[in-house]
Amino acid sequence: MKVLFSFLAVILLILVATMGAFITNLHYVFGIIIPYLAFAMFVGGFIYRVVKWGRSPVPFRIPTTIGQQKSLPWIKQNKIENPTSAFGVIVRMAMEVLFFRSLFRNTKTELREGQNGPELSYGSAKWLWLGSLFFHWSFLIIIIRHLRFFLEPIPFAVQILESVDGMLQIGLPAIYLTDVFILVAVTYLFLRRIIVPQVKYISLPADFFPLFMIMSIAISGVLMRYFYKVDLVAVKQLAIGLATFQPVLPTGIGPMFFIHIFLVSILFAYFPMSKLMHMGGIFMSPTRNMISNNRMVRHINPWNHEVEVHTYEQYEDEYREKMKKAGIPVEKE
Amino acid sequence: MAPKVKLPKPGELAKIEFKTPATDWMDTPVEFKPGTFCWGSKEKDLLTLGLPNPRQWSPADEDWKVPEGWETTILEGMAERLSKYRSFKIFMDICVRCGACADKCHFYIATGDPKNMPVLRAELIRSVYKKYFTKSGKFLGRLAGARELDMDVLKEWWSYFFQCTECRRCSVFCPYGIDQAEVTIIGRELLNLVGLNIDWISGPVANCYMKGNHLGLEPHAIAGNIESMVDDIEDITGIRVNPTFNRKGAEILFITPSGDLLGEPGIQTCMGYLMLFHELGLDYTWSTYASEGGNFGFFTSNDMAKRLNYKIYAEAKRLGVKYIIGGECGHMWRVLNQYMDTWHGPADFLEVPVSPITGTVFENARSTKMIHISEFTADLIKHNKLNLDPTRNDHLKVTFHDSCNPSRGMGLLDEPREIIKAVCNNFYEMPENTIREKTFCCGAGSGLNASENMEQRMRGGFPRANAVKYVQEKHGVNMLANICAVDRAHFPALMDYWNPGVGVTGVTELLANALVMKGEKERTTNLRFEDLPGKGGNE
Repeated sequence: MKVLFSFLAVILLILVATMGAFITNLHYVFGIIIPYLAFAMFVGGFIYRVVKWGRSPVPFRIPTTIGQQKSLPWIKQNKIENPTSAFGVIVRMAMEVLFFRSLFRNTKTELREGQNGPELSYGSAKWLWLGSLFFHWSFLIIIIRHLRFFLEPIPFAVQILESVDGMLQIGLPAIYLTDVFILVAVTYLFLRRIIVPQVKYISLPADFFPLFMIMSIAISGVLMRYFYKVDLVAVKQLAIGLATFQPVLPTGIGPMFFIHIFLVSILFAYFPMSKLMHMGGIFMSPTRNMISNNRMVRHINPWNHEVEVHTYEQYEDEYREKMKKAGIPVEKE
Repeated sequence: MAPKVKLPKPGELAKIEFKTPATDWMDTPVEFKPGTFCWGSKEKDLLTLGLPNPRQWSPADEDWKVPEGWETTILEGMAERLSKYRSFKIFMDICVRCGACADKCHFYIATGDPKNMPVLRAELIRSVYKKYFTKSGKFLGRLAGARELDMDVLKEWWSYFFQCTECRRCSVFCPYGIDQAEVTIIGRELLNLVGLNIDWISGPVANCYMKGNHLGLEPHAIAGNIESMVDDIEDITGIRVNPTFNRKGAEILFITPSGDLLGEPGIQTCMGYLMLFHELGLDYTWSTYASEGGNFGFFTSNDMAKRLNYKIYAEAKRLGVKYIIGGECGHMWRVLNQYMDTWHGPADFLEVPVSPITGTVFENARSTKMIHISEFTADLIKHNKLNLDPTRNDHLKVTFHDSCNPSRGMGLLDEPREIIKAVCNNFYEMPENTIREKTFCCGAGSGLNASENMEQRMRGGFPRANAVKYVQEKHGVNMLANICAVDRAHFPALMDYWNPGVGVTGVTELLANALVMKGEKERTTNLRFEDLPGKGGNE
């Protein structure tokens, strides 16, 4: 049901896109107005969310320490997973953001009946890590590749990336590795959501929707590149027009382009109001981005309000006689 | 109170169904099965503490007697906490439900209940957040994973936030570091706004607030308990140690969880402290006012934790000590490490801790001025300041349980191991995925060490016990060492249940057994009055 709903929502969007693609009068809306709106919603929404997070303070320094603390000089500190320096935190965050360090730790718990009763074991489970890594990196490289539409001349770095990505040179135009990877990875991420019972149980429509969206975007992109070709010169003209805020609408681009760009626009607009904001959130996660120097440097809580306490005087007033009898010194005899 | 519930046999408890229910989790009502939940907080304790909605109630009843308009209280409470804690806001927003945390939780592993997967436990509150605090939830409702706050939801929160021990194991595996402990802490704060706590937390908190410690020991009782330990030490070693209480001008204030003052094997750990400090000639004092290292307020609300924690610095200041040493305890050290200085610092009336024996300056505690007994002792051992005879522990095959909070809220991992290796000849680690930063909770942390929820405790401790069983079978391990008072209170029952034959000890007890004190008589028994290997009649 959850899957179906998200699937139908995406199908509906594709239908809308197709309509836009085949009605020439709508090309200005689908090629220029909607992308601008989506971009504005993305940037504005992203900033809004990050600012909203930033407005809530971090009252306590609560890093999750995943290694030995700094204490005695001869005990080896884990300077990355229990960092006491800003550099350590930067390395820790880089490992998380670039290589998904925590996901790499993943294990799979299994319960079996051993000779002497139940046995729990914790096997290695790297598929989720691998799938996510391929998915995210492919996504990033694909986005960078797309810069060739927006920039003239095409930056050298983008050209290099493109030629590496297309190094297999199967067919013409060359097949990009990342196109294959992202489709395989997104399919894997989808399949585990419907096959692994626990993951299926926790999944919401909001988990399937982005997967279907990204899948459709990738497929429409692949179709456009290899099967329903579009006029690339015209696409670039449009893209540069968008980027320089002097939008032009060349004719004869080809319908598949409008489907592709509409789906991309929807994903961008949807991004800030969805779980996809983990992209921004990970940088602000207090269990990962704080220096673990709690006992060395005092952390200030901006709302550290006064609380009611039970003072020593109150305590002694209640127990003075008992304390004296037990030979415990008191302030007031 | 309901009649006593029979605890199922280990074989039955280990039959765990990992099947997900046929109904969606939002449509699966919460069950209150006797033996799996704790009693509700008592009226008198909430009155003592001035906490909301004091009344007699039972979670087994249909009517929980929450005040009129409780929904507003909870939602306003959520709004306030969203504006006060970035952690809460971010953790509500960015979970992608990848499920990496699911089988990392001891309660999920041992119950198979999907709502015990950290992701879903957080979703219990996230769904309400979405409904009332996000546009998508407001408009799309259930499609966006949002739902209304009603009494069933509140009961579900209570059930599952008191089935989380705030151990942070899930946050090690979460790609964004989402920490269910943080979500549970805030969830429990919200529940407390309408008077929903458990007796095993609010009782100790009320005790601690008025009498200085969770057990409610009054000053003369503390002195009396320690006095009888002093007698035992004299019987065993021939040496009479002289602890002092509330002594002004001492160099060091020593604070340990009150669990060490009552009941085995806590008292043997406490005897260990007394013997070690005597042997060193340490100028230290106990306090009857700040007689609790632990902080069950931390399981109630941030304010309550702060109200209890106040006594530590206040007493250090009153007594004029130079610094503080803290005993073996789990959550105590998360509070001391990550909260105390922020609440009640700067402790500028204290000095940076320096070991009077080795001269080591504890730079790592230069702001809080409070060090862990294991840091202090490991330093002594490194500098050969203790005369140790590890053969006295030769009858023991020891493994070490890392407590959740010192591991994942501090990183105290190698210090206790250095001590154990110096005082025992037979030390074996449990499997890699169950120790150090990946350690499993004992199953009774965060105030869940009651007796009415024994079945749940035995479940929660199952992954830990199973790892102990592995080394028991492989190496013949017969002693589970730890640095936590809740461990010492809970593990004996857990070991008897899952791994009969494995004892439980504090690290300082092991140390004290191996410690050759100046002028001691030849020891024939250990601190439990059991014959020492080769010294008694049984060998």
